[in-house]
Formats: sequence, C-alpha cells, structure tokens
Amino acid sequence: MTTEARPAGLLIDRVSKDLGGRTIVSDMRLEVHAGELTCLLGPSGCGKTTTLRMVGGFLQPDAGAILIDGSDVSRLAPEKRPTAMVFQNYALWPHMTVFKNVSFGLRLRKLPKREIRERVEHVLELVGLTHHIHSYPARISGGEQQRVALARALVLEPKVLLLDEPLSNLDAKLRVRVREDIREIQQRIGITTVFVTHDQDEALSISDRIAVMSGGKVEQYADPRTLYREPATHFVASFVGAMNFYSGTLAGGAFRLGGGASVPVESLEGHRDGEYEIGVRPEDVSVSANGGPGADALVLREIPRGHYKELVLRVGEEEMRAFVAPDLVAADRLHVRFARALLYRDGLLQPSEKPVAVS
Amino acid sequence: MSAIEQQGVALGGLEQAELPVARANRRRRPTVRSVALRLLGGVLVAALLVFMVGPLVWLSLRAFSGLWQFPRLLPSTWTVQWWRSVFDDKSLAHSIKLSFEFAPIVTVLSAAICLPAAYAFSRLKFPGRFALLVSLFATNAFPKIGLYVSMAGVFYSLHLMGTFMGVVFVQLIGTIVFMTWIPTAAFSAIPRSLEEAARDAGAGPLRVFFRITFPLAAPGILVAMILSFLAAFDEAQGTFLVGIPNYITMPTEMYTLVLNYPEQAAAVFSILLAIPSVVLMSLVRKHVMGGKLAEGFQIR
Repeated sequence: MTTEARPAGLLIDRVSKDLGGRTIVSDMRLEVHAGELTCLLGPSGCGKTTTLRMVGGFLQPDAGAILIDGSDVSRLAPEKRPTAMVFQNYALWPHMTVFKNVSFGLRLRKLPKREIRERVEHVLELVGLTHHIHSYPARISGGEQQRVALARALVLEPKVLLLDEPLSNLDAKLRVRVREDIREIQQRIGITTVFVTHDQDEALSISDRIAVMSGGKVEQYADPRTLYREPATHFVASFVGAMNFYSGTLAGGAFRLGGGASVPVESLEGHRDGEYEIGVRPEDVSVSANGGPGADALVLREIPRGHYKELVLRVGEEEMRAFVAPDLVAADRLHVRFARALLYRDGLLQPSEKPVAVS
Repeated sequence: MSAIEQQGVALGGLEQAELPVARANRRRRPTVRSVALRLLGGVLVAALLVFMVGPLVWLSLRAFSGLWQFPRLLPSTWTVQWWRSVFDDKSLAHSIKLSFEFAPIVTVLSAAICLPAAYAFSRLKFPGRFALLVSLFATNAFPKIGLYVSMAGVFYSLHLMGTFMGVVFVQLIGTIVFMTWIPTAAFSAIPRSLEEAARDAGAGPLRVFFRITFPLAAPGILVAMILSFLAAFDEAQGTFLVGIPNYITMPTEMYTLVLNYPEQAAAVFSILLAIPSVVLMSLVRKHVMGGKLAEGFQIR
C-alpha cells in the first residue's frame, strides 16, 4: 500500500450493527482527523455508544470497516487495538491502587520497572493526581476516579482515545471543570478522540466537530458553530439548543403562523414564498414594547436566567420563547420579529437560493 | 465524594432529623405495655439462647464428666478419660484422619468442576441456563437417603461401592449447590466493564480472568469452598452407605459410637467434629463481614 493513500486518524466506513434483532447502527460513515476531538451526540438508543464499542473492539460490526491510521482494525480483539477507552462507570479495578490501575497495561507489556514508574508518574501529573498514587479507588472522589480512568487510558499512548459519557456520574459543577480538563489535556497531547455524550452543552463546548446521531445514522457532522447556526435537519435543530418551530407560510418577508399572526422575518431574502416549517432560536426573537413592525405578543411568563431573561409569549395561537436582556421591563403586550430564521421542508434545511449576508 | 460517603451523609442527616422525636419518646413515662413488651422480648432471647447454646454446654460438660447423677446440676467427678479413650482407639483416630483427607479432596474437585460452570452461568447466555441453575437444587429437594440409595444402585454397577472415589463422588453431590450458586453470584456482581477495561489495556481473556475476575470473586469463592468443605466433612448418610466397611469417616463413626460406647465418648467425638466448623465459620465471618467485598463493589 502506498503511504499517500493512508489517511491519519479514525475512519468509520459504512458500518452497520444489529443487536437483538434491532438495527442500532446503520450504514454509518464518520471520519475523525488526527488530533481532532469529535463528539457523538444523540439521545439514548441512537447508536452512539454502540459505535464507540465497535471502535474499541468490544463489538464486531456486521458490515463495513473501522480504520485507524489507514489500517483495518475491524476484526481485531480489544487488546490488539491501538485504542483506549474511558468507561462511563470508570471501571477502575477496586483491588488495585491507583498506581497498579494505571500501570496495568505497562506491566503486561513487560516494560522495565523504572520506565513504568516514570510513565505512570508523568501521566498522573498530567491529570493532577500524583498525591493519590497509592490510594485505592474506593478512597478517592468521583472526579478523581474519573481522572484515574483517563490516566489509565492515556498511559498506553493510544492512537485513538474513546470516552463513553465520562462525565455523566459527576455533579453539575464538577462536570464543567472536568470537561475543560479533558479538552485541555487532549489538545496538549494532540490525541485523536471520540467522546460520546447526550449533553449538547458538553458537546458544543469541547468538540472540534460534532456528529449528531439519531436512529443509528449521522444526521449532521459539523463544527459546533455551524451545527448551532445551521442545523441541517429538524432533528438536529431541536436537539441542539432551544428552537421555536412553527409550520406556516412565508409570504412577502413575513411568516404567517397558525392562528393568522404574521411575524416579519429579517434575513430570508433568498427564499421563495411558500409553505415551510420555520425554526427560530429564542435569542433571534426580537421583542419591542413600543410599536414598530411586528406581530402582537402576549407575555405569559417571565423566567429569570441570570445573565438573560426568558419570556414565554403567545403569538396568535402559538407559544414562543424569547431570550431578552435581563433588565428589559416587559409590558403585558409586546411586538415580535424574527431577526434570523431557518426554513425546513420535510425535515431538511432549505438553503437560500442566492447567498445572503447575515448581519 | 464517593458513593459510600454520600450515602453516609444522607443517612447521617436522617438520623439527626429524627433525633427530637426519639428524645420526646424517651421522656415519656414507661407504660405497662412497653414494659411487658420488653419483658417478652427478653424472655424470647433467653429461650433462644438456652435452645441453641444449652446442648453445647451440656455436651462440653458431658465430655469431662465422671459420675453425674440425675438431680445434680453439675457432674460430681471430673475426668479426661473419655478423651484419652477416643484418642487411643485406633479406628476412631483413623476416621479423623480419613475425614481430613476426604473433605479437602472433595472441595478441590468440586471447585474444579463447579467454578467454570459458575463463570458460564454468570457470563454466558445459553438456552436452559435458568432451568439448569435451578435443577442444581434437585439434590436438596428430595430426602437425601432416597437419592443415595438410587445412587448406590448405579455405584454397584460401576464398582464404586466401598471405594475411595465412590465416597468422594457421593460427598461431591452435597457440595455442588454451594460451589455453583455462590460463585455465580460473585462473578455476576463484577461489572463487565472491569473485564473490558483490562482487555482494553492489552490483556487476553485468560489473563483478564486471573488478574481481574478471579481476585474480585475470591471472597465469594472462599465462602463457597468453606461451606463445601463443611458439607463434605459432615456428610454421613451417603458416606455410610457407599463407604462401609472400608471408609469410615468421623460422622459415620458417630453411629457406631452412639451404639457401642458410653455417651461421654460420643460427646468428646462430637466436640471434635464441631471444631473445623467453628474455626472455618469464624474465618468466613472475618473475610465476608469485613466489608472488603462490599466496598469493592461500591465503585460505580
């Protein structure tokens, strides 16, 4: 094989998997570049963990191939693969100390004692746990256990690091801190990483790219910004971030909702008039108290969110959510416009027919 | 904070919340009803104690007693002659030796047969798994002697009657339930991800078993081995039926003792028979209640 044809990183090539008579992953293709952190994001049962387990070698794909740095590893046992996994429950061995846990793989490889000690100390330093080197897993906190699991995976210097919902057992504050630690370490050593999560916040904040999965397929594979600003499907739009969705008619720069209310839309010049589903992020709903162009809206509820305020509005017969400045004094009645909106038909994003500059 | 500590905190909070109520109860004057209930409880505990410890006390007194006539609470003369006669009797000493040969052999053999089965029961899904697991109880569901008599028929045709292996096999039957069920539970309690993590780190299936699975299941396996040892050690009916006249172990010797010797010799002998049970049971307690096992599985 020629060297030029070998793409570095991980390639999941048209992989399918049935489990218990149900198709869990179907004809999935995903390419993760070397050094990139990709999140598999989706609701439970979408096939993200199954995909990860196939990459790790704990499941065999029914069809397709998994390539790491260009070589097919699909038929290799987990112990023969250049992958390392951080399990959801950490899977630390309770009868071994942190040192024994982390050094297990190195000891199997019969490395000299001194080298083992150096490498374990180095990786524990990386995750900031040198002081717990002789503790048993049951004696350290959940966040520390998590970092031991990460150290145990990293010490083997795998080509691909796999993380299976590694933060789901931590409390909310710790989760934010540990995910930043993981991202920081990942970037420092530049390791190709696949991170499984059902938390869109987590995915948006640490990924280079996110693959949103549903029903065993990748709905969209894009960087966080694109995923949020231009979700390719109705599913992605509603799964990532909050989104107001209405079906109605676009006509003359305004969108007519069910119940007859017509809301002006500012940035849809490139679209033909017609029937659509419209998706509007709450922060793209502009409200004004004193007249101006806009549809009438009734304020149902105000929810303080700290640095912003969430308004629950009624426009015609539809309910609408809007994020506004926290100091906005809301009258009972407001006018709403859509500063930015996305149009969908049959669940797919409808691209504008001519390029539009988005302000 | 680990899961254990969190639980501890939660429980601590609960206790504190309930404290004022408890204090209020304590201040109230004891009613006739509560005194009567306490008294009844005390009597029940005392009765249970007499029922369980009484025979043991009587047995130990009997083993050292010379002359002991009815109305007296304690023997009038003490002696160790029964102990001497038991240890001097060649056949009795031989039966003790024999018992300590059979029990370990049966235990090891039982482990060799049942542990792989237990691992399979816990880790593999195969048709008839549950039926097979339950059928192991069949040996305990029927009167043992009936089972042994029908086994004897088979053993005659296999020329196993009165042989060493015949006795081993018949004792093995009584250990299978312990040796399969307890290790099955022990293996099942080990999260599969612990094994997968070891595979991931580069260990082959066999190495995973010996480095991860077996050490974690060891306390459960130890308990199973001790219970099996005791089951084999105390087995009398089957051993009697298959072993006589060549192999007379301690429990079968008891039959002869009760018939042919004074009561006191039987008392000495049953104390000797109880020693391994007491020693091993206290070992089990130390290893299982020590909390090491429970602690290990707390990691989520």
